[in-house]
Amino acid sequence: MTSRHRSGAPDVLQVRDLACRRGPALLFSGIDFEVAGGELLCVRGPNGCGKTTLLRCVTGLTRPDEGTILWRGEPAQTDPERMRSGTAYAGHLPSLKDDLSAEENLEFALRLRGVATTAEERREALAAVGLEKRRRIPARRLSAGQRRRIGLARLALDPADLWVLDEPLTALDDAGQELFVDLLDRHLAGGGLALAATHHRLAPASGVVRELRLA
Amino acid sequence: MSAPTPKRHQASGSFSGGFSWAMARDLRLAWRHPDEAVLTVAFFALVASLFPLGIGAEPQLLARIGPGVIWVGALLAAFLALPGLFAADYADGSLEQMTLSPHPALGWAAGKVAAHWIVSGLPLTLLSPLIGLQYGLAPDTLGVQALSLLIGTPVLSLLGGACAALALGARGGGMLLALLALPLFVPVLIFGAGAAEAQATGLSAAPHLSLLGAALIAALVGLPVAVGAAVRIAVD
Amino acid sequence: MNWFYFSSPTTFYGLAGRLAPWFFILAAALAVWGLYLGLLVAPTDAQQGEVYRVIFIHVPTAWMSMFLYFIMACYCGLTLVFNTRLSAMMARAIAPTGAMMTFIALWTGAFWGRPTWGTYWVWDARLTSELVLLFLYFGYMALANAFEDPRRGDRAAALLALIGVVNLPIIYFSVQWWNTLHQGSSVSFKGTSMHVTMLTGMLVMSASAWMYAIGASLVRVRSVILERERRAQWVRNLPEAA
Repeated sequence: MTSRHRSGAPDVLQVRDLACRRGPALLFSGIDFEVAGGELLCVRGPNGCGKTTLLRCVTGLTRPDEGTILWRGEPAQTDPERMRSGTAYAGHLPSLKDDLSAEENLEFALRLRGVATTAEERREALAAVGLEKRRRIPARRLSAGQRRRIGLARLALDPADLWVLDEPLTALDDAGQELFVDLLDRHLAGGGLALAATHHRLAPASGVVRELRLA
Repeated sequence: MSAPTPKRHQASGSFSGGFSWAMARDLRLAWRHPDEAVLTVAFFALVASLFPLGIGAEPQLLARIGPGVIWVGALLAAFLALPGLFAADYADGSLEQMTLSPHPALGWAAGKVAAHWIVSGLPLTLLSPLIGLQYGLAPDTLGVQALSLLIGTPVLSLLGGACAALALGARGGGMLLALLALPLFVPVLIFGAGAAEAQATGLSAAPHLSLLGAALIAALVGLPVAVGAAVRIAVD
Repeated sequence: MNWFYFSSPTTFYGLAGRLAPWFFILAAALAVWGLYLGLLVAPTDAQQGEVYRVIFIHVPTAWMSMFLYFIMACYCGLTLVFNTRLSAMMARAIAPTGAMMTFIALWTGAFWGRPTWGTYWVWDARLTSELVLLFLYFGYMALANAFEDPRRGDRAAALLALIGVVNLPIIYFSVQWWNTLHQGSSVSFKGTSMHVTMLTGMLVMSASAWMYAIGASLVRVRSVILERERRAQWVRNLPEAA
């Protein structure tokens, strides 16, 4: 595997003794795991067990009450910018603007990620997720699944090493799910890491799939 | 299985990247829905027209209260435009993505406030001489009035932006935002209205304008950071 | 689990309970002494007559209104930087006392203004900025309580309090920066323009207000701790919870 970043440290996400409370209730505590390049960690558990909060803690959106998150061996807080440029997060909320077209939404999403892409690349990515004909109409007129596909195109063009995905298969039809698994497969094969909260069984052809069960 | 595609691009963040991103996106969105900016300006014109109807249209009285009324009207219009600054981005998850962007918060926070000022504060400033004419203000007073709004409304946008971000997801919505933002607007109102009033009464407007300028510099230095921090708290 | 994390509000709850009565006793004793000096011993003012005696309430509360905001802002800074829980609770506990001090300062000021200036209220810089301070306290309290998650309220209100700090120097220096109706400071580092007894009375009353503010904040922080930790075992084990 070739190192795709400047520092020589290997791509690895380590989470140590993570605990989080929401209000007075303890969501989870003592969470330990490690994800290395080429690995997918599926976070499973019943609704309300804190899967989303765990993912948000890893990205840095939510402050954990205890524990540390190490990215490439260093605490994520020491260099949050490096952590952020290496992480792509796809949450419940689509972060799409209804008044912008699929093409514009993709362009702005990537610019926000600090990724320079050409119009041609973006058009290809949208074509790959089946939105070539609909790329110029406002996102409000797209179906829920088509809106999710814009997110897939974003992931495809984002060079982030770590994908943090919250229910990535929601609203996607069979073809869309296949597209996603294919994308994930390529990401893992290229040495990427992924952390996903999902109720579905994800089986990419390459990469190691492991599970973390939250009570 | 297809071969892994080499990823050519490396993500990198910068102040200017975040700033121009926020400016370009918010201005394009505003352009798609110009009614919001138009409503702000219409509200301003309406409020300013209510005073002569309520107080009486005696020319001397109007010239006397004109600068203050115009400033209060502009302040209220700028305030009413505030909730729209972050609410949509909060609801659709854009704020999460901004917080996780490699661009520093300072950049996109400043960019969003700047875009907001262009569609709310700037039109108010441009319209103010017209309202001033209705109040019979002298030409030099009109100029000072517009200048004070030009310096003062960005301060309002910055202060209001920080408050709007703090009030995201809070109970009590608009009233809470009023309680947070309006007291902070007070100094800007005093110096802003004071400038035109000083000019109208034959005194120098320079001290008021300098104080307003100092407030703008302080706000530009300190508040984009505060806006970024407030957004970070809001998405937690 | 981190022991200190849970221990600090726990131990502080007991400590605050033991200390608060002493601060109240001290406040009452100082108030008696201060009022005795101010109302009975201090001479009548040559210009203002007896009316000036409102100074013994007005100036101490005005000082405390600013000082408490400063202390509250310091706790807010700690909250944002170190994410400590007790500092946020202390800030919440101080705010109502600070608002009360501000209100009393404005109220007594109005009653002083009526006979000396001929009006209860003028829109001068000192009064306006003090009124803004009152609204900052109100805004802080409203924002702190506006969220489902109290920690979110802590952090949002803390940031607001820090933005509002710019108002403090404006209040303090307003009588120097602007030529206002409000009289200049009677006490300064270069010496005072007042009779010694008046000054002593005012300082004693300030100390009383300070002790009261500490006592009241300690009592209030205890209820904030109880509310936050109501699910914790140590709260259920308290004799007063039974």
